[in-house]
Amino acid sequence: MKIEEKISHREYIRRYFKRILQSVSFIKGLSVTVRYFFEPSRIVTEQYPENKKTLKMYPRFRGRLEMIEDEHGENKCTACAICERACPNGTINVLATKDIAGKKVLGRYLYRLDTCTQCGLCVEACPFGAIRMNQDFELARTSREGFEMILNRKEGRG
Amino acid sequence: MTPSITNPIGDFIRNLIPIPEVSYLINAILCICGICAVAFGSAIILVYMERKVCAHVQCRLGPMRLGFHGCIQTVADTLKLLFKEVYAPDGADKILFYMAPMVLLTAPFMCLAMIPFGPTLQVADISVAVPLIIAVNGFGILGILLGGWASNNKYSLLGSLRSGAQMISYEISFALILLFIVMLSGSASLRGITLSQTGTIADWWIIKAPVIGFIAFIMFLISSTAELNRAPFDIAEAEQELTGGYHTEYNGTAFAMFYLAEYINLVTTSSLATVCFLGGFLPPCIGIASVDSILNLVPGVIWFFGKVLVMIWIYMMLRWTYVRPRVDQLMSLEWKFLLPVNLLLLVLGALFISFGWIIK
Repeated sequence: MKIEEKISHREYIRRYFKRILQSVSFIKGLSVTVRYFFEPSRIVTEQYPENKKTLKMYPRFRGRLEMIEDEHGENKCTACAICERACPNGTINVLATKDIAGKKVLGRYLYRLDTCTQCGLCVEACPFGAIRMNQDFELARTSREGFEMILNRKEGRG
Repeated sequence: MTPSITNPIGDFIRNLIPIPEVSYLINAILCICGICAVAFGSAIILVYMERKVCAHVQCRLGPMRLGFHGCIQTVADTLKLLFKEVYAPDGADKILFYMAPMVLLTAPFMCLAMIPFGPTLQVADISVAVPLIIAVNGFGILGILLGGWASNNKYSLLGSLRSGAQMISYEISFALILLFIVMLSGSASLRGITLSQTGTIADWWIIKAPVIGFIAFIMFLISSTAELNRAPFDIAEAEQELTGGYHTEYNGTAFAMFYLAEYINLVTTSSLATVCFLGGFLPPCIGIASVDSILNLVPGVIWFFGKVLVMIWIYMMLRWTYVRPRVDQLMSLEWKFLLPVNLLLLVLGALFISFGWIIK
């Protein structure tokens, strides 16, 4: 506990009245809460199952991992496997193959949703911007099948 | 004894049943039912209101599932609480343990009986109502101390002692503010205080006594919040620091009674604020005859409960806005600030009356 410092009577009285004047700041605090109370647009609660149709997730929300593909289904992955090393859970396996020219390309991008914690380290590690976390959050299933998924539809082009 | 107020319900019963003993008994039962209806009904509404106010202050929605906007949520919670098993901890003083919540409940019920809800709705018009309320409030402290002591738990005891020290300290400024109003209105009965504010809004004590009325109102808010053991002065419970204060060991019905006492106390204190500062059951007339005649059509009960709801809303906003002071800060606030200011207010009130500065 703080020991009271020795101060003169005048100083004591000065501080006493200063503290009373400072208590005007309480009105400031109250005005903030009153403003919040009368502004229903500030409410952030989502009534989830009811608003399923209109629910918009926030852009920074991290859901399931997915591969960014253009309109032809091509991805930007080079099978460098930096994401595989960045993943703390061993959720990602990048299985590379060789194309006709003998160059190393992405064969299958294996992703296990059941061990993924949506930390997003793989997305941060990827130097080519080939993967992202999408907005899906209703990921629960009744069995373990289907959790192990292949994210790429076509072989990577490198 | 002749009743000092017109009493249509009581007179109707007395005319209906000529035997005085029986009609007295029926009237008494009616009074008890009325007080219980106000107490339990308001408690259930207030718990819901508290949850909603708290939610909206914190940008949430609060209970939404059960009924329209969660309006029967508190009924479900109350039922759950009532069906819980009631047991006392090992080594607790059983009699005192179960007596404490009942003792605590006595005070708010006795206060409710003295409050004029409307021009003809009052259980007892006592000429010394204000001193009686100050005296009866002591039951609250007794109940809390008993509850903490009887539950054989160090934390409960510490919580109850903290609470007792706090309530005893703040009772002084609470009483001084009430005495200030008694001095201004020249009557110690709550009905007399209400009727001394007859007229327009400018005749309410918050405005009628220029500046000092408003200061007294703020002092009343501070000291009564502490008296109610509500946040920001809920040092006894301090949910974030202590387990639960004096009612740590209580559960089920006994806990519900503590909870109930807290909310009925909120109603009685808000009613006192309404009676003392906001004109009680009188309509908020503004001095324009055409508007006043419409305002006068609304019964006094509705004005009274409307004002009480506003007061309760203010208490709730205070609770969810401010942070809890430390124990030493709380005590220095009372003894170094509230008490001198209240004594000064008393002197100023006397000066205002003697120099005729009260707005006529």
